Amino acid sequence: MLYRMINPPEISWIAILPVLLLSATAMLTMVADLWTDGPDREGLGWIGLVGLMATAIAAVALWNTKLTSFAGAVVVDRYGLFFTLLFCVAAGLTLLMSMSYLEQTDIRTGDYYSLILFSTVGMVVMATAADLIVVFLGLEVMSIAAYALAGIWRSQVRSNEAALKYFLLGAFATGFLLFGIALLYGVAGTTTLTGIAQTASGATAEQRTLLIAGMALMIVGFGFKVAAVPFHAWAPDVYEGAPTSVTALMAVGVKSAAFAAFARIFMHTLAVMSPDWSAVLWVLAVLTMTVGNVTALLQRNIKRMLAYSSIAHAGYLLVGMVAGGELGGSAILFYLLAYTLMTLGAFSVVIALGRRGQPNENLEDYAGAGFRSPFLGMAMSIFMLSLAGIPPFGGFVGKFYIFSAAVKSGYIGLTVIGVMNSLISVYYYVGVLVRMYMTDGGVEITQPSSRPYLFATLVVAVAGTIALGLFPSTLFEVARQSFLALG
Amino acid sequence: MNTGVFVLLATLLVVAALGVVLARSPIRSALSLVVALFFLAVFFLLLDAQLIAALQVIVYAGAIMVLFLFVIMLLNLQEHPAEMARAGLRFLAGTLASLFLLATIYFTNRSGISNAQGMGAIPDGFDSTAQIAERLFTQHLFAFELTSLLLLVAIISAVVLAKKKLA
Repeated sequence: MLYRMINPPEISWIAILPVLLLSATAMLTMVADLWTDGPDREGLGWIGLVGLMATAIAAVALWNTKLTSFAGAVVVDRYGLFFTLLFCVAAGLTLLMSMSYLEQTDIRTGDYYSLILFSTVGMVVMATAADLIVVFLGLEVMSIAAYALAGIWRSQVRSNEAALKYFLLGAFATGFLLFGIALLYGVAGTTTLTGIAQTASGATAEQRTLLIAGMALMIVGFGFKVAAVPFHAWAPDVYEGAPTSVTALMAVGVKSAAFAAFARIFMHTLAVMSPDWSAVLWVLAVLTMTVGNVTALLQRNIKRMLAYSSIAHAGYLLVGMVAGGELGGSAILFYLLAYTLMTLGAFSVVIALGRRGQPNENLEDYAGAGFRSPFLGMAMSIFMLSLAGIPPFGGFVGKFYIFSAAVKSGYIGLTVIGVMNSLISVYYYVGVLVRMYMTDGGVEITQPSSRPYLFATLVVAVAGTIALGLFPSTLFEVARQSFLALG
Repeated sequence: MNTGVFVLLATLLVVAALGVVLARSPIRSALSLVVALFFLAVFFLLLDAQLIAALQVIVYAGAIMVLFLFVIMLLNLQEHPAEMARAGLRFLAGTLASLFLLATIYFTNRSGISNAQGMGAIPDGFDSTAQIAERLFTQHLFAFELTSLLLLVAIISAVVLAKKKLA
């Protein structure tokens, strides 16, 4: 017989509906760019927002299902859908703030919007992947778009530098991840997560050694993407150099997507190996929290400060992974939601203070800002206090869940270190507020109410941060159900 | 595989790989890499993986190496002085890389994977294009489709960063 038929696997199109909608929107934005011109391309942003809305609706509609598609390469469960919704919120707010921000930059290409959406497609794929190859491809789709976005402000030298640095180090880290995947494949003979879980649960001593080596390499790869110490060296320079809206997406979306895949693989697939990996993550968590917070104290540039702050928050999230179990997992999901809203909010305030040709990113520029724009002052206060973990905001509740999970699992020492770090962080977060309200000088501010898109971003972020702090139990229940859907 | 043939090829491969790292001129480094990739292809041949050997030559020794050489000539890289990084850092990096290599060898040996699975009989139809195609369109269909999206994103990114019009 010269030829034979290949029977394609059963494909559930419904299951990949969010990915399909989002990819279609990204491509539509790319094509629509041909018919738009003029200095600002808000229309493209609107297309993106509508597409994200449709994706979110699809994700909500699928909430009560658990589907696999493409021979088990994709799994749509509540865990994946929770992250899909999280990415829709993050990308939506990023688009919204970009529609105001691009006016004050020289970025005049509509591809900016499509790249943001493509990056989001990669994030969604990572969160719903049930096969290591798909995880890798999702990571690459997300990262390559992010590399280009970091350098999209081409007339700025520091944007070029950020893109190059991010690309080189990112490619290096991807190599580690791939090496780890290859070792897991070598042990299990398959790249599907279910197959690897089966092998791991009945692993012989020889297989365990190879699994441990593979896990170590994957921790390096994911550690880079979430900016965990000692794989964080790229973060401050890249966060400072990239356009602020892109920095916001990197701090929030890229980090959450990496945690989505990281937690699915380690807390679910390789859960039986947790005695082996949790000790490593314990050390990483302590290093990440401490180095992040202590270095943040020394920063004079707000974007660098927020970069170190985002490193520190990766450390708190690692505490959740070490704690493990239902409580630790749900706490990570809840924390990521709170972190997304407050961090995006803080970056919107950074944008709000900047003007064309005058980014105003030094901490001195914040002097007196609280009086010149009471709304900005109020918003920044809420975000900073929430990031510092002060009640009654979302960040406090998130930290509370994370640390109580750690205590319940018996990691008292880790909790003490975490809480002490949290106290250190109060110094630099509140330092921003002290400048805003208690020092003179500073820069002229365009009132945010005259920039509707930015204003909308800030309102949503403020409302979300407060709502998470006041009514945490509903959302924690959602997070808990999402995490339980893994098992 | 004949042990004598293996030892000979392995030695040549290692020599070529050392050439990549030790050559002073970037062109020589790149050409050593071509040699190393060819020897790797021969290994695939000896392991009865003819298709992978052919792909190795076409993709790596062919397309990717042409790109390397093109970039080197475009940037007009001359012999660069060896002290690119500080000596201490180079030593540290070398030590870490060697430790990593030793650890990999140790773990792979201890895992027994080299004896248990490497010497097994080759299944029927192994490495045929038909079998690879079947895998690609069944088990890895989603990855296959996703790769097209990845390539699209890579093209857009390259164009965005390289196109002439700045404003």
